[in-house]
Amino acid sequence: MTNMLNLTLKVWRQAGPDQPGRFEEYTTTVADDASFLEMLDYVNEDLIAHDQEPIAFDHDCREGICGSCGVMIDGQAHGPQKGTATCQLHMRKFADGSHITVEPWRAAGFPLIRDLSVDRSAFDRIIESGGYISVSTGAAPEANMIPVPKDVADAAMDAAACIGCGACVAACPNSAASLFTSAKMQQLNLLPQGQAERWRRTEDMVETMEEFFGSCTNHGECQEACPKEIPIDFIAMMNRDYLKAKFANRRRGGQRKAG
Amino acid sequence: MALSLDSHVPDGPLADKWTNYKFDLKLVAPHNRRRFTVIVVGTGLAGASAAATLGELGYNVKVFTYHDSPRRAHSIAAQGGINAAKNYKNDGDSVYRLYYDTIKGGDFRSREANTYRLAEVSVNIIDQCVAQGVPFAREYGGRLDNRSFGGAQVARTFYARGQTGQQLLLGAYQALAHQIHAGTVQLFNRMDMLDVVVEDGQACGIIARDLLTGETSRHNAHAVVLATGGYGNVYYLSTNAKACNVTATWRAHRKGAAFANPCYTQIHPTCIPPSDEFQSKLTLMSESLRNDGRIWVPKDPADCGKDPSTIPEDARDYYLERKYPSFGNLVPRDIASRNAKSAVDSGHGVGALRNGVYLDFAESINRLGEDVVRERYGNLFDMYERITDENPYKVPMRIYPATHYTMGGLWVDYNLMSNVPGLFVCGEANFSDHGANRLGASALMQGLADGYFVLPTTIAGYLATKLGTTPPPITSKAFDDAQADVDDRVKRLLSVKGTHSVDHYHRELGKIVWEYCGMARNKAGLEQALSEIPALREQYWSDVKVLGDGESYNQSLEKALRVADFMELAELKVRDALHREESCGGHFREEHQTPEGEAKRDDENFQYVAAWEWGGPDIQRDAVLNKEPLVFEDVTPSQRSYK
Repeated sequence: MTNMLNLTLKVWRQAGPDQPGRFEEYTTTVADDASFLEMLDYVNEDLIAHDQEPIAFDHDCREGICGSCGVMIDGQAHGPQKGTATCQLHMRKFADGSHITVEPWRAAGFPLIRDLSVDRSAFDRIIESGGYISVSTGAAPEANMIPVPKDVADAAMDAAACIGCGACVAACPNSAASLFTSAKMQQLNLLPQGQAERWRRTEDMVETMEEFFGSCTNHGECQEACPKEIPIDFIAMMNRDYLKAKFANRRRGGQRKAG
Repeated sequence: MALSLDSHVPDGPLADKWTNYKFDLKLVAPHNRRRFTVIVVGTGLAGASAAATLGELGYNVKVFTYHDSPRRAHSIAAQGGINAAKNYKNDGDSVYRLYYDTIKGGDFRSREANTYRLAEVSVNIIDQCVAQGVPFAREYGGRLDNRSFGGAQVARTFYARGQTGQQLLLGAYQALAHQIHAGTVQLFNRMDMLDVVVEDGQACGIIARDLLTGETSRHNAHAVVLATGGYGNVYYLSTNAKACNVTATWRAHRKGAAFANPCYTQIHPTCIPPSDEFQSKLTLMSESLRNDGRIWVPKDPADCGKDPSTIPEDARDYYLERKYPSFGNLVPRDIASRNAKSAVDSGHGVGALRNGVYLDFAESINRLGEDVVRERYGNLFDMYERITDENPYKVPMRIYPATHYTMGGLWVDYNLMSNVPGLFVCGEANFSDHGANRLGASALMQGLADGYFVLPTTIAGYLATKLGTTPPPITSKAFDDAQADVDDRVKRLLSVKGTHSVDHYHRELGKIVWEYCGMARNKAGLEQALSEIPALREQYWSDVKVLGDGESYNQSLEKALRVADFMELAELKVRDALHREESCGGHFREEHQTPEGEAKRDDENFQYVAAWEWGGPDIQRDAVLNKEPLVFEDVTPSQRSYK
């Protein structure tokens, strides 16, 4: 059964990274079947009709998998529903008459572009530094040559579910990217295929992460905000691997840190 | 002027063609590769895997994506799996069977040699992805697990929970990231390709627009690879991501590349039905659900509003199991979709808007237990519940077909090169492997086959002929003209200052195309569409309202450029559908059906690829039809039967 909701929004508007920002208030009436982004579409159509520039926000698949979308909703990354990206949040989670505050991710590692849109390229730099297994096309052995125990494959998949949205950074009081980095790293560090580069990968990814983001102090906010409910266990595993890498590397010529 | 469409399919027995061809192809020696620059547009499965592989080989690669990161491309949303002829299940699979299923599934409208090659390299894809660390599902013994998909009677689909596309794309993205770090690949993110540059009849570069600053720039290369996906968003509502668009391939078409079979569109049977007017997109529920879900509608339309749990077994019509006993709920997508449409059209639709059919898991939950069902499909069930507020463990899912994939695309030869020399096309953007209907779990296979294995091999044959040459400088007239044209389009759209938003026009276009060129088509409807689309296009250019400027981040302007191209593509698509006086796969002409209501092909008159050539802006009058006959040396086309 569709119900209509009357809402008051307070949305962060900022024309560019060097422009001053401010909150603007909008009122709207939408069906509770709408997704949060459809509600923003609706507000935008209304703004355009009144010759006002629409609110810029990142989004694409609207199925919770591409990781493009993500805003702070009443101070919570991706809003009130656990394990749910902004695009999959539906308005039935809000009461009629709600006042909703919508802001971009706020972190030094994610410079603002416009309104609710931020630059998350730092995540790509972390992956480029070592978030892969080096195997050129054609160099792979027959797929069933290396058995991977189901539990290991499942744990790797739990980590690999990360969509790279940046909610973990936005939710963290230190703007740390430990949940993202550890998930991407541990997927590969857990698998037998990932062992050859394990220590070097760990060092490179951690140290690149630290160029852009704050330090983890185990608040655990990231785990609460993560739309894929990735646990902070992976951060502990990353910290363990980092420590080991620092000792291991001296003796493992093959995995010495690059450069 | 008729184009010369030589498919360059090599001679020899089908199974040896690719092996022999690779030996006959010219090579570029390792020390010469760095002398060549290749532009790759798009970073989905096909683009990311091609760019990474070309980088590994030693070419200079420039890769473009309109996303903030290559990892966001829409391949990421593919759920169910990827086919490969490994025969790990010992159930009679083989390269030949995968090839045969694919060509039959495509209703004998694809090119035999390309389809065979696809099946042949499928096994290498799985090897490559496993080595990259893609966490495919495993059995307890640690070996890879498989499941079944539509149109096949073997289990050959590899999967990573319900996120196979995500995991494969991240594998390719990580390989790409490695090459970016190594310096062989240069990444241009948030850059939208708005034109191909052709000089002396050869593709030599692109014009791209920086989405953040609005600046247009010129990029030259020895070859250009388009891996820019399909055009499903011509329907506005589809399972594609919001930004998916036809601009790259359409602009290439306007520069001379033939557009093949634009009427072949796949309507996926298992999507969540729309709930209201302002819905922004449709969400797919993986075909893998048809392994364990049973599709039905109430026999009596009077039951359609009732609580489904109160409808007894004998009052339900499990119509796919009834009509197609050997494939049952796993018939190919076009057949499942058409049957859902007839169930709803005949008044048997369920849900508040009577616009769906049931996909019911009760029997599987009883047989396997809820935990097993949760392990197989948990994330899909959660997604369904978030969208509909209904719990599919308790209440059957409601599903209805939605646009999902486009089999048509730019015409390519066996080398994946279009008829414009130097312009290559990979993945969904080309037309080559799926004919008139694509089987489930084959899009991921084709994207990666093209990107990892086919294109990096065949492109050498072209580049070898260019050794010692440099691409035309970006100051040449061809670049001047192309950039001026792009800048002019931007300026025109901003200066209309009309009354309706871009989305309004996109929605209107979608309604026309869905109504007249969707799951079922007929002459009168297609002609109606051909009168409505040009009128809407004219109105668009005189009434669209794009606020803001062209020198900053302007999402309305991005969309406006894309919708302008959809307005043109839509007309060609309908024109193609009107000319194809037969039914095949996803193209169902109501005038051409068997007494049982199945698609009726006309092999005598339509066993060809319709490759349309740009003739001018009056598309229905000026587009030129070229035909590439489809020659079947190996299989004999037959009436598809899944009974």
